[in-house]
Amino acid sequence: MIVSKKEIPSFLDKLISDYQVFAPVQKGSYTLFKQICSGTDAVLDGGITKLPVKEIFFPQSEKLFSYNVTNEGAKLEAPVDDRKKVVFGVRPCDARSLTLLDNVFNNDKYQDPYYLTRRNNTILVGIGCNSPASTCFCTSVNGGPFDTKGLDLLLVDTGDAYVVEPVSDKGKELAEKAGFAAASDADKAAAAKVKEEAVVSCRVNTDGLKAKLDVNFYDPIWDRIHEKCLGCGACTYLCPTCHCFDIVDDAVDCNGCRVRNWDSCAFPLFTLHGSGHNPRSTNKERYRNRIMHKFKYFVDNFNEIACVGCGRCIKNCPVNMDIRVVLEDIRGSEARLDS
Amino acid sequence: MRMQKLAAQIKDAAKKLLEEKKVDLVVGFAEGSLPLRGTPLFARTPEEADKLTWNRGCENNLANYLRKREGKVAVVAKGCDVRSIVALVKENQINRDNLYIIGVPCSGMIDRKKVNQLVGGKDVLEIEDNGDTVVIKGKDFSETARVADLLHNSCQDCRYGNPVVYDELIGELLPEKGEDDFAEIKEFEAKTAAERRAYLAEEFSKCIRCYACRNACPMCYCEECFVDCSTPQWIGKSAADIQDNILFQAVRVFHSAGRCADCGACERACPMGINLRLLTRKLVKDVKELFNAEAGVNMEDKAALATFTADDPEPFLVKE
Ligand code: SF4
Ligand code: SF4
Ligand code: SF4
Ligand code: SF4
Repeated sequence: MIVSKKEIPSFLDKLISDYQVFAPVQKGSYTLFKQICSGTDAVLDGGITKLPVKEIFFPQSEKLFSYNVTNEGAKLEAPVDDRKKVVFGVRPCDARSLTLLDNVFNNDKYQDPYYLTRRNNTILVGIGCNSPASTCFCTSVNGGPFDTKGLDLLLVDTGDAYVVEPVSDKGKELAEKAGFAAASDADKAAAAKVKEEAVVSCRVNTDGLKAKLDVNFYDPIWDRIHEKCLGCGACTYLCPTCHCFDIVDDAVDCNGCRVRNWDSCAFPLFTLHGSGHNPRSTNKERYRNRIMHKFKYFVDNFNEIACVGCGRCIKNCPVNMDIRVVLEDIRGSEARLDS
Repeated sequence: MRMQKLAAQIKDAAKKLLEEKKVDLVVGFAEGSLPLRGTPLFARTPEEADKLTWNRGCENNLANYLRKREGKVAVVAKGCDVRSIVALVKENQINRDNLYIIGVPCSGMIDRKKVNQLVGGKDVLEIEDNGDTVVIKGKDFSETARVADLLHNSCQDCRYGNPVVYDELIGELLPEKGEDDFAEIKEFEAKTAAERRAYLAEEFSKCIRCYACRNACPMCYCEECFVDCSTPQWIGKSAADIQDNILFQAVRVFHSAGRCADCGACERACPMGINLRLLTRKLVKDVKELFNAEAGVNMEDKAALATFTADDPEPFLVKE
């Protein structure tokens, strides 16, 4: 199937009457996923959004329930967002990040109703990346600029039009309902050519990384590697796979709500115990956790690396802490594999 | 090739200090992983010091890494780093006797956000520094721009590119600039309260409470920041609340009144591009007007808010 770029705004307008539609919109010098009210608001050629797509499913601040206590007793309200959504213009790395987050929010021990309800009610329409940025390394972490994992539909930008490739039944249904024209052989060939020409030039070698992390928890390399890190939350909040949260009560007198907020392992409060003891008392332990969680613990638990190579942390770290360099330093370190 | 020459001189100075065991550590900049990006480097051996460099992307305020250090430390410091160092010495956070300052006169650092804007967000692969101009190169474009147009706002406003204190100076002192006119602050002050409130609400709707601003600031070193305190919880933790985002920043800014050297580190660190210097500079301007004081411009003056004289004007008590 194929849809011309000119038709996209009206296609989105039609979707808006049936769904909450999210798409990248311009906010100053960057784009962010926002719910759109008009198809013309979507900015589809702006590269990856500043914040990852996770915020639609796992918002930075989410009200889990609200309560109010009166003489008659306590009243509790736990709204779960079950509105139908389409997220339009997702990049393949972000879509893949959701399949990683699924492990966390939907496993045999726990199913998170807030996240899952949104996930199940959402159609993800992706756009492949014709010219991956120099900070992108998706192909090094099992992804790719036209990877379809997690998507329902993939659009391939062939210049004036998008060649539409259904990935799931949900996606196929959406495309059929939209009545897109059939793609000619020439269109398909153009899409194939675009895919072939999109080269992710940056490679990050993760060979042997896990084996090293399995044994180097006490390695002196951690004393140095974190040194310039400021311990802020920029990399974790902007990372599509970081998912730690903190639950707090916002209450005034007898009314309040319980809120789930993004948290970051870089923060001093992250593992602070009630006793005052903090097992990760300095930035060294905190930065080590960031790396360990992504490249060891997540692999131990779910057999996947918790990084999709989007490069957001690289571009946004205030001190140019580059995860590619850090991983290379760890791989090159002399941690003993036999201890 | 002024920058390369400076880089070589910095390297030599650092190596010498380490070889002669005058210091245990040199904090400076290494070549970063992005175009024209310096990244903080901690060199403990002459070999490590070989990685030191100097370019228009050495934008971080290294004073941030110097508080409460053990042993003798040298730092490669441009004008604003030195002002923060001076302010921190006065607050007993840095022992001047244990710090060796390799001062580098600075005519400003390049703002990558401005570069991105100039090339319309295209992927920049290389920035060639030709002195007064740079050539910004990407996959199929190349654009020449004036350095002066690309400098960080803080650098355009900076009057102290020359280090005010140093143990060794690299390169030559630069000509002094005229007085700062605080034009954009005056413009903001002239707006109505409603306009100001609306502007701040819009800016701080972007805040994700990552605290990069706080952590990049050399003067933000409270052992427990009030936003982190949970008993009592002084401020809501949700970034969705714009009022709380503004409150966080307002308290941060008030707390750095008379201490902020206007280095712009907070604004550079902010991933969301929030105009933080609007607030920090309002306080810089007020402190200058009310107390005729600027943070860290010499070793002698006491910090503005750490002094008291009976004839302090205290106009805020009678005005408004
Ligand atoms: S690596 Fe960079 S972005 Fe991440 S916490 Fe450290 S300073 Fe902040
Ligand atoms: S670790 Fe960095 S590159 Fe990897 S997914 Fe997170 S933000 Fe993207
Ligand atoms: S604020 Fe001044 S000293 Fe600091 S980087 Fe800019 S020009 Fe240099
Ligand atoms: S760095 Fe920017 S986004 Fe982060 S807390 Fe500070 S103002 Fe907010």
